[in-house]
Amino acid sequence: MEITSAQYIKFDGEEATTIKATIDGKISFVPMSNGNMHYAEIMRQVKAGTLTIADAD
Amino acid sequence: MSRARDIADLAGSADAGGLTGRNLIINGALSIFQRGTSFTSQTGVAYHADRFETQAYNVGTSDYKAEQSTEAPDGFYNSLKYSCTTADTSQDADNQFYIQQQIEAQNIYHLKFYEANPDSVTISFYVRSNTTGSYGMNLKLSDNNSSDGNVGTRVYPTTFTISSADTWEKITKTITLDSSTSETRPTGNNFGMALVIWLAAGSNRQGATANAWADNANTTTAVDAGDFLGSTSNNFHLTGVQLEVGSTATPFEHEDFGTTLRKCQRYYNRLGFMRHQFYSSSLNSANPDLVHSVTFTPMRDNPTANPYTDAAYSSSGSTTTSSTTLTLGAISISSLNALMQRSTSGAGVVKAQYYLELVSEL
Repeated sequence: MEITSAQYIKFDGEEATTIKATIDGKISFVPMSNGNMHYAEIMRQVKAGTLTIADAD
Repeated sequence: MSRARDIADLAGSADAGGLTGRNLIINGALSIFQRGTSFTSQTGVAYHADRFETQAYNVGTSDYKAEQSTEAPDGFYNSLKYSCTTADTSQDADNQFYIQQQIEAQNIYHLKFYEANPDSVTISFYVRSNTTGSYGMNLKLSDNNSSDGNVGTRVYPTTFTISSADTWEKITKTITLDSSTSETRPTGNNFGMALVIWLAAGSNRQGATANAWADNANTTTAVDAGDFLGSTSNNFHLTGVQLEVGSTATPFEHEDFGTTLRKCQRYYNRLGFMRHQFYSSSLNSANPDLVHSVTFTPMRDNPTANPYTDAAYSSSGSTTTSSTTLTLGAISISSLNALMQRSTSGAGVVKAQYYLELVSEL
């Protein structure tokens, strides 16, 4: 799974619960849920130091 | 098969937990392909048929095609067909190419394992290939909600044989579940069990002890599964996949298309959305009024949402995807919020339309 970008998404000013990521070349909106396979992979790569999640706009 | 044998098999199935709902595999007849029916240039983990994932790593310059085929044994209409489209004869030592279905932990609560006198399960499926010989097959069990690839996940490597080229054969294998009491049963909507069928394994992916439970360590198979991606002559068909409690392979449990589709949609769903709204002035990024909630059939976990076509904006009969942005958030197992924005203004009756794929695979 190739993740080339990640950014927190704030919806209507609420606390971020979603990450907008480019996964295998496609834009994906990933919920911050431990049971979600993409979120698990994002956090694995963040922990490994190979991915940084940008702040929300 | 005789009527007496049929009745005996059914009676055995009833003892094991019921006549219907006994197949723990979803989409075993390979009838549901929501993502499409033909795929090429696939790498890593890829889904083609619903619920069946293909893992292809360290495949060199080779390539394969996966498709829904109408080549099927009697009693079936479809199969999942793999074919090698670009060969690489220098197989990497770490090459792994296998088909897998992961099963939720809560769907195997009724099975006894990680205790003395565990249950047995029987796996059956139909295969057809140009290549005869031994193939690898693994059964996996999560330990305390470990993921399928975790080193602590328990694995039972075994083998099966294809005896005749280009001929449908039914494979059956009974496995006694793990009796080790050092592990902890998985729970909830987490990974619980997986069935793995190997098509290729490099030398570093071979050598697992056959017919014994062990920690996963590194993904391995009990046999040299060959090199499927080493020749463009190679093909492999699979259908009629069943995994059931007990030591008897009962007839495949056929179910209606709608039932199978609904089961698949717990893990993957494709939806189209459209929303109309009247604007007296403008719709643009400063006035992002096309905010709405979308609901869908509850999924296994909060799904990843992928817009798989560009969001389109329509005003005064003209539709465009330019200057249009779709943002999704607040994603739950059955709903999400969508925000449609446009960097240039529009007025009148405007329409937002887009398509999403929702992914909640294990």
